[in-house]
Amino acid sequence: MNDILPDPVLSVRDLQIGIGNKLKIVHGVSFDILPGETYGLVGESGSGKSVTGLSIMGLLKRPLNVTGGALHFLGHDLRRIRPRDHRRLRGDRMAMVFQEPMTALNPLAPIGRQIAEMFVIHRGMDWSEAKAKAVEALESVRVPSPEERARAYPHQLSGGMRQRVMVAMALACRPDLLIADEPTTALDVTVQAGVLELIADLCTAEGTAVLLISHDLGVIANMCQRVGVMDRGRLVEEQDTKALFENPMHPYTRGLLAARPRLGSRVPGERGRLIELEQMVADEDRGHDVPTLVTPRGPRKEVTA
Amino acid sequence: MQLRFNLTLGAALVIAVLLGALTAGWIAPFDPVMDADLMSSELPPGGEYLLGTDGQGRDIWSRILYGARVSLAVGVISQIINSCIGTALGISAGYFGGWWDDLVNGLTNVMLAIPSLVFALAIMAVLGPGLASLLIALGLTNWSWTCRIARSSTLSLKSQGFVQAAKTAGFSDLNIMRTQILPNILGPVLVIGTLGIGTAILAEAALSFLGIGIKPPQPSWGNMLSDARELIRAAPWAAIFPGLAIFVTVLGFNLLGDGLRDRLDPHMRTRKA
Amino acid sequence: MTVAPLLEIRDLSVHFNLPRLTPFGMRRILHAVDGVDLSVKEGECLGIVGESGCGKSTTALTVMGLQEPSSGQILYRGQPLSGPGAPGRKERARIAQMVFQDPYASLNPRQTIGSTLLSQLALHGIARGSEASDRVADMLVRVGLSPDHAKRYPHEFSGGQRQRIGIARALMLDPEILVLDEPVSALDVSIQAQIINLLMDLQETLNLSYIMISHDLSVVEHVSDRVAVMYFGRVVELGHWHAIFSRPTHPYTRHLIGSVPNAEAVLGRSRGVPDPVAIPEGRRFAPDISVRPEAGASREASSLVEIGPDHFVRLADSISSPKAKR
Repeated sequence: MNDILPDPVLSVRDLQIGIGNKLKIVHGVSFDILPGETYGLVGESGSGKSVTGLSIMGLLKRPLNVTGGALHFLGHDLRRIRPRDHRRLRGDRMAMVFQEPMTALNPLAPIGRQIAEMFVIHRGMDWSEAKAKAVEALESVRVPSPEERARAYPHQLSGGMRQRVMVAMALACRPDLLIADEPTTALDVTVQAGVLELIADLCTAEGTAVLLISHDLGVIANMCQRVGVMDRGRLVEEQDTKALFENPMHPYTRGLLAARPRLGSRVPGERGRLIELEQMVADEDRGHDVPTLVTPRGPRKEVTA
Repeated sequence: MQLRFNLTLGAALVIAVLLGALTAGWIAPFDPVMDADLMSSELPPGGEYLLGTDGQGRDIWSRILYGARVSLAVGVISQIINSCIGTALGISAGYFGGWWDDLVNGLTNVMLAIPSLVFALAIMAVLGPGLASLLIALGLTNWSWTCRIARSSTLSLKSQGFVQAAKTAGFSDLNIMRTQILPNILGPVLVIGTLGIGTAILAEAALSFLGIGIKPPQPSWGNMLSDARELIRAAPWAAIFPGLAIFVTVLGFNLLGDGLRDRLDPHMRTRKA
Repeated sequence: MTVAPLLEIRDLSVHFNLPRLTPFGMRRILHAVDGVDLSVKEGECLGIVGESGCGKSTTALTVMGLQEPSSGQILYRGQPLSGPGAPGRKERARIAQMVFQDPYASLNPRQTIGSTLLSQLALHGIARGSEASDRVADMLVRVGLSPDHAKRYPHEFSGGQRQRIGIARALMLDPEILVLDEPVSALDVSIQAQIINLLMDLQETLNLSYIMISHDLSVVEHVSDRVAVMYFGRVVELGHWHAIFSRPTHPYTRHLIGSVPNAEAVLGRSRGVPDPVAIPEGRRFAPDISVRPEAGASREASSLVEIGPDHFVRLADSISSPKAKR
């Protein structure tokens, strides 16, 4: 097919997630993430974007599990991999940043120690060497006075600082894939800008591929090269970011783009009424795949993993 | 599965004891006090006397049935008193805060520091033996856990939108505590209350055993044990069966309390779904 | 003679005592709200925007009587709404009501929607029996629900529906002022649009006045008539929505607007931050946003200065010496 493109870091084919065979939450989602690429998954709550991210990490909570499809990551078949091997990949080759850094950090350990642990576990370093690397990692995420901050506990840091620490932990072992699930949703807008810039800079420098999961089209637009739109457990559209905003194909995407309040879009002298999603997309049109998805590897339906 | 089992077994045991207590008048073959016959004392179980007789020739089965009335009455009524005191203090302390909260907190800590049985003993010593004083003694000494739970739940509910909304809608504080907060903490209060019934039954037995609870010859499981103390070698059944009755009843209430907790805990419910 | 505005917040301050760092250490005071002056006219929507900890929510709670002011006043049509001479809880309920941020925590899980709404009518003696149920049904229809929803419990509704119920509850007593505390920030994008449109429709048909608290600049721009930007307890810029968004002038406002991720940037239609209004020569903006204010530190004297029609910005009172001018 298209031989110029490198092999994807992550390849998701017809992924199905549900509770046994009774309740399906994700109905066959397929996408690739190329090395160094930032891929956005956008959708509303309940669209299945977060469980998709968790299934790649192998962190789905019971009774949820992957019921069908294939997940390939750097030559590993994530559906057949042994749990301990998957665990070894986590934090090393693939890492995740969550929405709420306070719950993702251990409240009883200094942050320097928590970052150092990554090096001890995955790189087999001894603690003193790992602690020095942890300070370096904090410095790389632009935490001021990193040596001092390494001794601080999570509650002593602001929300933005905690999220920087999470990014430092996630990127500590230079993973091939970073999954960021709403990484800045809990942060103030001025802090958000800094954290996003940081993720973009570090991943570009290291060539890390990013799966950015967000409900915020503004964030997605600024960060991602390609975007997949999820609705009701299906990937309804996938396009290059610019093309998606210029020419959204699925009515749901069009509705989503039209419904969001945009800064600077209110006309003086008028009320700022918004277009509602229902005006743009009928309920029966939602949650269907579009016939052909634009992907770097050609039409998705022909690919079998 | 496990949860359902706890709840079912607990409820079954409690209902069995309750039925026994209620129907004691009909199903007990002998009068627990009057049918004393020294000629038939210390008879082993079997025959005419289902569970044997005690040192004074009274039927143990009949005495256990009548004793269940005392145990249940003491357990349930004293726990109702405890739950009311604890809930009222806990909600008001959590809701108003300030000096009242400090006072209630201090009182709770004092109550937790004194072994409740010792405290009940002191009250019984002042009031003298009898059912009424038992209810008072046990009803005033075991409210601290209810109070704690009620207070902490109120603190977290207080800042929630619906309580704030009730305030802005003009409802009085008393009304808000009654209609907004109380229904939302009833679950944990009920659980603690149920678990406390077992404790209260044990406390009644202990006090009666010590001779300051229910006055003999009125049967209670505690004073039956106390009476059987001297016959433990000659007639062990006189001690075993009242002890078993206490065990089964306390176990029943504890299982019921556990089952209720799991049932009322919203996290457990979603996990099952 | 000017008529007193519907609601006036005068020199409002709310201070909280912070725990001392050491047993005999200095007493530390957090100035959550520090000398805020705002007013709301009839039928107007005042948007208060700022980041967490800027005091916007505390200001809202003070207006609702859920937080006592440390100093300053809140006046309703010239009558005090706080401090001595303030009306009781019941009277005040008919003046202002609030819509809360979290639609899940703002409804009593043990009460049906109907009983939540009916109990208000009963408490205030507005209506009884079938008249009361009719009112509840009308209100549910008005916010886009159906009358038989009254029989249901909160957990049977989606987030957007719950926010509609929250709005219905706030409107049940027919108040003049609605305080909206982040009314859409917990909702999905598509639901946000519905709720925002509903709020705007209700404002028009019921002639309501809104105070809308939000961290989301685009929502504030869409709904507000006037906007106040708050930063660490103070209003740093205030004015007509168009003035604030087309000529943001205070460095903090500019920083805030510049930080909003802009999807149009990928299309090369980058909006950028519009040009500021020139401020009088020799004056400086206050506070200096490059320095994070410490809790308890004394503050530089400053005031809101009019720099354009209905456009105010906070400048330091001290005027630089003439030598400093060019």
